Order: sequence, then structure tokens, then C-alpha cells
Amino acid sequence: MYRRMLFAMAASLSLAVAAPAMAAEEFILVQSTTSTQNSGLFDHILPQFTGETGIAVRVVAVGTGQAIRNAANGDGDVLFVHAKPAEEAFVAEGNGMARHDVMYNDFVLVGPSSDPAGVRGMTDVTAALARIAEAETPFASRGDDSGTHKAELRLWAQTPVSVSEASGGWYRETGSGMGATLNIASGMGAYAMTDRATWIAFANKGALDILVEGDDRLFNQYGIILVNPERHPNVKAAAGQAFVDWILSEEGQSAIASYTLEGEQLFFPNAK
Amino acid sequence: MLDALVQALGLIASGDPDLWAIVLLSLRVTLTAVALSCIIGFPLGAAVGALRFPGRGGVALLLNALMGLPPVVVGLMVYLALSASGPFGVLGLLYTPTAMIIAQTVLVTPIIAALTRQVVEDLDGQYAEQFASLGVRWHDRIAALLWDARYALLTVALAGFGRAVAEVGAVLIVGGNINHVTRVMTTTIALETSKGNLHLALALGVVLLMLALIVNAAVMAVRQTAERAAYA
Amino acid sequence: MRDLAAQDLLSRGHSPQTAAAVLMRAEALRFETAGRALLKDVTLDLRAGRHSVIMGPNGAGKSLLLRVLHGLARPTGGAVLWEARPLDAAARAQQAMVFQRPVLLRRSVAANLRFALAARGVPRRYRAEGVAAGLVRARLEPLANSPARRLSGGEQQRLALAMALAANPRLLFLDEPTASLDPASTQLVETMLGEARSAGVTLVTVTHDAGQARRIGDDLVFLQDGMVAETGPLTERLAAPRSAPLRAWMEGRLYIPETR
Repeated sequence: MYRRMLFAMAASLSLAVAAPAMAAEEFILVQSTTSTQNSGLFDHILPQFTGETGIAVRVVAVGTGQAIRNAANGDGDVLFVHAKPAEEAFVAEGNGMARHDVMYNDFVLVGPSSDPAGVRGMTDVTAALARIAEAETPFASRGDDSGTHKAELRLWAQTPVSVSEASGGWYRETGSGMGATLNIASGMGAYAMTDRATWIAFANKGALDILVEGDDRLFNQYGIILVNPERHPNVKAAAGQAFVDWILSEEGQSAIASYTLEGEQLFFPNAK
Repeated sequence: MLDALVQALGLIASGDPDLWAIVLLSLRVTLTAVALSCIIGFPLGAAVGALRFPGRGGVALLLNALMGLPPVVVGLMVYLALSASGPFGVLGLLYTPTAMIIAQTVLVTPIIAALTRQVVEDLDGQYAEQFASLGVRWHDRIAALLWDARYALLTVALAGFGRAVAEVGAVLIVGGNINHVTRVMTTTIALETSKGNLHLALALGVVLLMLALIVNAAVMAVRQTAERAAYA
Repeated sequence: MRDLAAQDLLSRGHSPQTAAAVLMRAEALRFETAGRALLKDVTLDLRAGRHSVIMGPNGAGKSLLLRVLHGLARPTGGAVLWEARPLDAAARAQQAMVFQRPVLLRRSVAANLRFALAARGVPRRYRAEGVAAGLVRARLEPLANSPARRLSGGEQQRLALAMALAANPRLLFLDEPTASLDPASTQLVETMLGEARSAGVTLVTVTHDAGQARRIGDDLVFLQDGMVAETGPLTERLAAPRSAPLRAWMEGRLYIPETR
């Protein structure tokens, strides 16, 4: 009788394992960020690349910090993120081949439309941040070592404010992705810094509005790097390089440029 | 909430192939993980529950403590093991459904084993003298106890299923939430939440709840039919 | 391995000259737990082919004595001897026990019998025969496929008895086997015990019921406060008790030893 039980288990197991085996196609793994994924950019451009090359692209979308660490472990063929200093360090450490600029968009400062700190329309982002700090109105930070978080900290460093001292007070580190942080900001009526693509695609804006934009320092550059196949022999160098080349090609660049959401272009190609 | 229910029914009715693929992958990953956990956890729990060996109390304590392992920690452990720079990197399992099955198996096995230990220990209390009198050998004892506890063990397996099907932390880390490859119900819900699509996320949650209801109802029906046939 | 087909219980008998030989002996048995001596000094002989009845007031240590004799509990002093040698696994394999409340597995009557046969090491090919014999012995043939735990109390106890007898033990312990049964069920169990005795099985039964003792017993062991108060041929001893505890018990008086 136990045999019958074991048999039933084994049968259900083999059924489950045998079920839809992945099509045996060539694929590469791209470590990327939530902003590119959640904005829908990949859904727009990847089918074109796969159609031309037959190479499927699997995207792991995490914060830039985690994406870089995963790639440094060799868990990915291509790194596609937005934190230039960290990307250059990644290459310098021998984890990646050459880094290429791909595209940019910009960060914006969002906050409750009632704007209790009174920063609406300001063009100096650090002055706006300082005013938020002075008013001690809640500010929701990613706090997750992501590209956006790194960019935000670079801006705070240009103000006299010490956010690490304000942490837990008006400065709230969510430790979460961009979307989760925007949900929190929306819920508590906090200010937050986000990339424009995620913002446009974000569906739960609530009472949040863009309050500050257009400062040159809000520039958000994306880069692409092939993970070093000499350091990590499992890296699919040829297919990965094909993807990098395509992204930087005229075709790839125009595919990026052609992606719009609600009538707005989200990313601006600038490969050299 | 009612909106979410309506939207969930709409989702199901639409027969969206992507949704069905996600539902099926969720079921495949979780059911496989639960089956593996049962294959490991039933005998392990029964051995701890019915046999007397040095360190038994320690093992029982460890199993109970492991029940509380956070999924994220399990995900991290499995990630480090399966990463290209980890000990099992050469297998190339990271970011595949197999990695998710492994993570959920690690997560669920302690639950199955710990609950099985309790069930079997209680049953052994009734049977121990009879078994000793008949001279039943230890492996036959374990087999007999497991078989006689089979309906209680169905509930144990369901507890494991509930834990696995609902967790997001482990499968997100080792699966990567890759569209059409490792995207399951919970990671989809997390993704839609991060996109701010709260209503869609809630509707998917309702679909997941229905899935859990169906699985539970099926198992309960089996159990009741069998109990009516009166072996309980 | 004894062969069931060749050695059907009902046709088996021990030769007359060994019938009165001592099969088991308890020597100065002592059992202490939590600082209390539950068995103080039990010395007794169980003779082959006889039906010994253990009686005594509640708390005298009757059930515990059975467990110690059967090897389910380890004595803290003294010795249990089987055919003059210390009780070992081989000897225990020739004993069986029926508990006051039958312990049945959650499966069919036939499957319970099959389990007992398998546990006793009866080879697979003989088990079907053993199951059939057990069903006949327990008068449960029509219920072979019924769930064991849905049987009546009497049926359950007959099944437990048949399981205990499944692999033809030489000695069978019974701990108040009919304590919770009605007279008709009790009678069927006693009939089975009589059949086992006729087949040469040595029986040791704990009972509270003097009438039952007279119906089934050959020898009496009367326990009082963890010691053997009186032992000998049952009818003689009940007719003429020599010890104060048995006398008191027969007369329906409470016996409270002064040492307490």
C-alpha cells in the first residue's frame, strides 16, 4: 500500500517536472533595472531583436546595485543599468568588457500637489531638496543602492543637509523598488525622486505631481556592458555581444526612440 | 475588493494565454516542490517522531525553528548556491523554474517534516506498545505510521502548499521574475504592485486565492470521501 | 521461520510430558519509577500449556507485571527467564500480547492480520493463508474487508486476539481482554482463548473477574502491592485462600496493608 502512495507521488512529480519544458532556443540573460522593465521599454524593443537574431532575451529586473552584484557573480550575460560611476567600477574590476552609453532620460522630483514645502516650479533641484529638508516634510527615498538612489544621494551631497541624520524622521528610506517607493510616497503624501519613465508608466499616482524637473543634474544616463567571459566562462559572449551591438546600432537606437507611453517619449538614445 | 473580484473573474474569463501560463507555472513549481518536500519530509518527520535516537530532541527543535525561515533568506541561500560563482553554478540552474522548485523545497520541507513529526508522534503513542509486542522493525514502523496517518498528512501537505504558493521572496531572487520563463503568480502580483497597478495586482491575488481554494477543496474532498469509506 | 501451512495453530499440541514444564520464570522482579517501587519482589513460574490468571486489586502491578514479562518494560531488578535463559529477542518473538483496548491499524480487518504476519516475519507467500486462518479463528470472515476501527468492541478484540495469534506464539499475554465487553462478546473471546489453550498455547491473563478466572484459568497468581500474595492451582486457591489479601478480596473486603 505504501508502494501505491509512493507511486502516486512519483507520478505527480514526473508530470510536474515534465510539464512545459522550455523551448530549446538560444537565450541571453540581461541584468537590468526596474525602470526599464516597468516602463514597458523591453516589451517594446526585445521582440524586434529576437525576431532579427533568433536570440531570446531574459530580463532580470532588480535595483541597479543588485543587478551589478548579480552580474559580478557571473549571473548574467549583459548588464544594462543606470549608475555610471558604479558601471565604470564594474568594468575596472574586470567583471565587464567595455561600457557604452545607450540612452538617457531624466529624473524628476514628485510630491503632493498641495506642495507643503513650496518647491513647485523650481529649476535648481538641490535648492528644492534643501527646502524640503527645511520644511521637514516627508521624503521617500529608495534606500536600496539602486541607480536612482545613488543619483539622489549625489544630489543630497550637494546640499548642506545630512539625510543619514534625518533617516527615520522626515527622510524615509523604503528599501524598495521605484514602484513600491512611489506607492509609499503616494500613501503618505511624501516627496520622492523618480526616473521619468517609471513615473509615466506608474498607475497609482494618486495626489502626486511632478514638481521639479529640467535641472541638468537630473540627467539619467543608461549604459550597457557585456559581462567579461574570461572572468565568467558561462557567459554567452557571442549572443551577448550581438545584443549589445544591436542596442547601439541605428536599429536598436530608433527602436528605443520610438517607444512612447501616453504620447510621451520615455528614453532618448545617445549611443556614440 | 468587489471590484477586484469582478476583475479577477474577467481575467479568468478572458482566457489570456499569458495569465494561464503564469498560473500553470505557479502550480507546476509549487506542486513539484511540495511533492519533493513530502518525499523528504514525511519519512524524516516520522523518523524523528517515532524513533528514539541521540539528538532527537535537537532535530525536532531545529525542524520547528526552520519552519520560520523567511523566504528571502531561503532565496538568498539558494541563489548563492546556484550562482555562476557558487558551488552549483556549473549546473546553470539559476533563473530557471528548477531553481524556484529547489528554493521552495528548501522552504517547505521543514514545515512538512515538523508537522509530520507531531502527527506521527501522536499516532505512535497509540501504537508503540502493539508495535513493540509484534516486534515491528523500525522501517516498517515508520511506513505503517505514515500510512495510517495518511489523511492527516494530506493536511500537512496542504499547509506546505499554502506556504509555497503564497511566497514571493524566494522565487523572486532565484527565478528573477523573467517574463514567460520564471514569472509566477506572486512575482506578477509584486510586479504589478510596483507598477502601481493596484487593482490588477489585487485581481491577480484573487485568482491566486481561487487557485488555493480549488487545490484545498480537491484535497479535502479526497480526504472526506476516504474517511466516509471509514479508515480514519 | 515456522511454517504456517504445516503448523496450523488449531492442530498443534505440545507433548504431555512438557505440558507442565516451566516456560517462564520471574525471579525477584523489581520495578521502580520516580522513587516508587511498583513491583517489589515478584517471583513466579508460568507453566507451559497452562492458563495462568493474574488477579489482584487496582494498583497491585498486574498490567506492569505483564509488560515486564513481555519485555515492554525493563525491570530495575531481578530477572525474567524464558526456558531458563534470559529473555531475548528470539524468546520475545514467541510471545504475543493483547491489550485491554485493542490497538488496530487504520485499515481493513484482513490488512491488520497481514500486518501482524509481516511483522512476525511470515514470508509473503504464506500470508494469505495466515490471513484466512486468522479470519476463521476470529469469526470475522464476512468482515474481512471492513475497516478494522469500525468494528464493534467485541469484534475488535477478536481481531486483536487473532493478530496476536497470527504467527503461532507459544505464549500469549492478555491484559483484561474483556473488561469493556458485553457477555456475548466476552463469551466469544473466551472461546477463542479456550481454542488457543487446546492448541497448546500458554496463556497469561490479567482479569478482575473471579467468574472469568474460574471459567478459563488453571493457575492463579494473586498480586498485592507489587508482590505475589498467593499462587497455585486456581480452583484450590480460590476455594481456600491462604493469604490475607486473597481472603479479603474473596470476601469483598478492602485489604489495606498496615505497612502503608
